[in-house]
Amino acid sequence: MSNKIADKKKGWRELPIGGMILDAGNSVEYDTGAWRTYCPVLDTEKCNRVCLQCWICCPDSSIIVKDGKFEGFDLMHCKGCGICAHECPAKAINMVEEKK
Amino acid sequence: MSTNTVAMTGNIAMANAMRQINPDVCPAYPITPSTEVMQQFASFVADGEVNTEMVAVESEHSAMSACIGASAAGGRVMTATSANGLALMWEMLYIAAGNRLPIIMTTVNRALAAPINIHCDHSDAMGARDSGWIQLWSENAQEAYDNLIQAVRISEVREVRLPVMVCLDGFIISHSIERMELLDDIQVRNFIGPFKQHYPLLDVDNPVTYGPLDLQDYYIEHKRQQAEAMQLAKPVILEIGREFGKNFGRSYGFFEEYKLKDAELVVVALGSSVGTVKTVVDNLRQQGIAAGVLKLRSFRPFPAKELSQALKSAKAIAVLDRSDSFGAYGGPLFSEVRSALFSLEAAPPTVDYIYGLGGRDFGLADVNRIFDDLQILAKTGKADQEVNYITVRE
Ligand code: SF4
Ligand code: SF4
Repeated sequence: MSNKIADKKKGWRELPIGGMILDAGNSVEYDTGAWRTYCPVLDTEKCNRVCLQCWICCPDSSIIVKDGKFEGFDLMHCKGCGICAHECPAKAINMVEEKK
Repeated sequence: MSTNTVAMTGNIAMANAMRQINPDVCPAYPITPSTEVMQQFASFVADGEVNTEMVAVESEHSAMSACIGASAAGGRVMTATSANGLALMWEMLYIAAGNRLPIIMTTVNRALAAPINIHCDHSDAMGARDSGWIQLWSENAQEAYDNLIQAVRISEVREVRLPVMVCLDGFIISHSIERMELLDDIQVRNFIGPFKQHYPLLDVDNPVTYGPLDLQDYYIEHKRQQAEAMQLAKPVILEIGREFGKNFGRSYGFFEEYKLKDAELVVVALGSSVGTVKTVVDNLRQQGIAAGVLKLRSFRPFPAKELSQALKSAKAIAVLDRSDSFGAYGGPLFSEVRSALFSLEAAPPTVDYIYGLGGRDFGLADVNRIFDDLQILAKTGKADQEVNYITVRE
C-alpha cells in the first residue's frame, strides 16, 4: 500500500457510518492491480489487434480499446487472472510473473 | 392528556403499540411465546387498521434479513421473536447493527433449547448482548409498551441509528393480563413523528451501497463508530425517557431506583422478577431493614458510571441473573455490574444469584433468602461463595 493512499484514508469520525459507500461508481479508484501475481504481456508480432476476444472475456474491463483496436492493458485494475491469455486465439498474450 | 385503562396481555399490548406506530414493513416468523404479537398485528393489517406491508417469511433468519432489506430501502421496520428464533437471527442481528439500521424488535424472553423449554429466562437476549443492538428491558406490560414506543424514537436519532430490542419476560409478562394504560393513537403518532430516512436505497437518484467488503483498512473504524453510537445513545435514551414522562406521566431512565437512596442491602435485577423483589423490600422496610432495588432498564448501552454511583453506598449487593454464561465468573448481569463497581474506591461486596432458568418460579421466599444472605454479607464483607444458584433442587 503506497503512502499516498494511506494518507488519504479517513478516521472513524469522518467516514460515512455503517461502511456505506455514498458515491456511485467509485470502485474505479480501487487499485485491484495490486493483487496481481502474473502480468499480461502482449506479443505484438502475434496480435492482430482487432479480434478483441481478450476484451470480450476480461472480467475486469482491463483491456483498453481505442478506435476499435487493442491498445493495451489497464494495469491498475487488471488482476492478472490470465483469462485473456487463455482465450486469445493467436496466443498473443503471455502471463509473466511480477517482479518485486 | 387522555388515556384508556385496559386489561391486556403483554403481547397484545406490544401489538397495539405496533398498530399505533404503524410501521412500513413487518417481516415475521412465529415462535412461542412471541407468536401472539404478530398474530394480533396481522389482524390489524388484515382489518386495514395499519398500512404495514406484512411479510410472512420461512424462518427467523429470513425475517431479520427482510427487516434489513426493508430498513435499508428506507422504511420503518419492526418484528418480534423469542429464544431459538432469536438464535436463528444471530448472523443477521450483527448485520442489522453493523449497517446501522434502526430496526425495532420485540423480544419475548424465553429459554434456549436444549432441552426444549418454552418458558421465561433471559438466555436469548443476553446471548445477543454483543450484537450491537440497544436493549431495553421491561418489568411489566406497561413498561414493555412504553419502551417499544420510545425505542422507535431512540433508534432513529441520526447520531444513534442502531437497532433496538425491547425485552419482556415470556409468559410472565407476555401472557398475563395486566391493568395498563394505552395512549391515544394520535398521541403515539405525534410522539414518534414521521420516519426520517437516511440514504434510502429506493432513492434511485442518489444511489448508495450498503454492506460492501470492509477489510483491514476500514473495518475497525466502522466498529469504532458503532461503539460511539452506543455512547451517544445514552443521552438520547435519557432525553426521550424524560420527554415521554412529560407527555404521558411515566418517566424513564437507565434504571429505576426503588427505595435505593439510603439502602444498605441492594438487589440489582431486570425483568418481571423486580416486582417480586419490590414486595420483599416493602416488607423489610417495615421491619426497619434498609433494603432497596436497582432495576436495570438499559442493558445496552450499559450505564456503568451512573450505576456504580447509584450503588456506591450499599453495604452488600446481590445481582440476579436469569441466564447463565457457562464457564464465566457469574451471569452476564453480574459480570457487568461488578466490573462497573470495580472503579469505585470501596466497591461494596457483590454476589450473584442465577435463578429461574426455563421459567422456574421465583417467589418471595427466594428473595427473602437472598436478603438474609445480604445481611450476613454486609457484616462480614466477604462471601464464601460469590456465584450462587437458587431455585434449583440440590
Ligand atoms: S484476443 Fe489476442 S489477438 Fe485478439 S486482440 Fe486480444 S490479444 Fe490480440
Ligand atoms: S489478466 Fe485477467 S484481468 Fe488482466 S487483462 Fe487479462 S483477463 Fe483482464
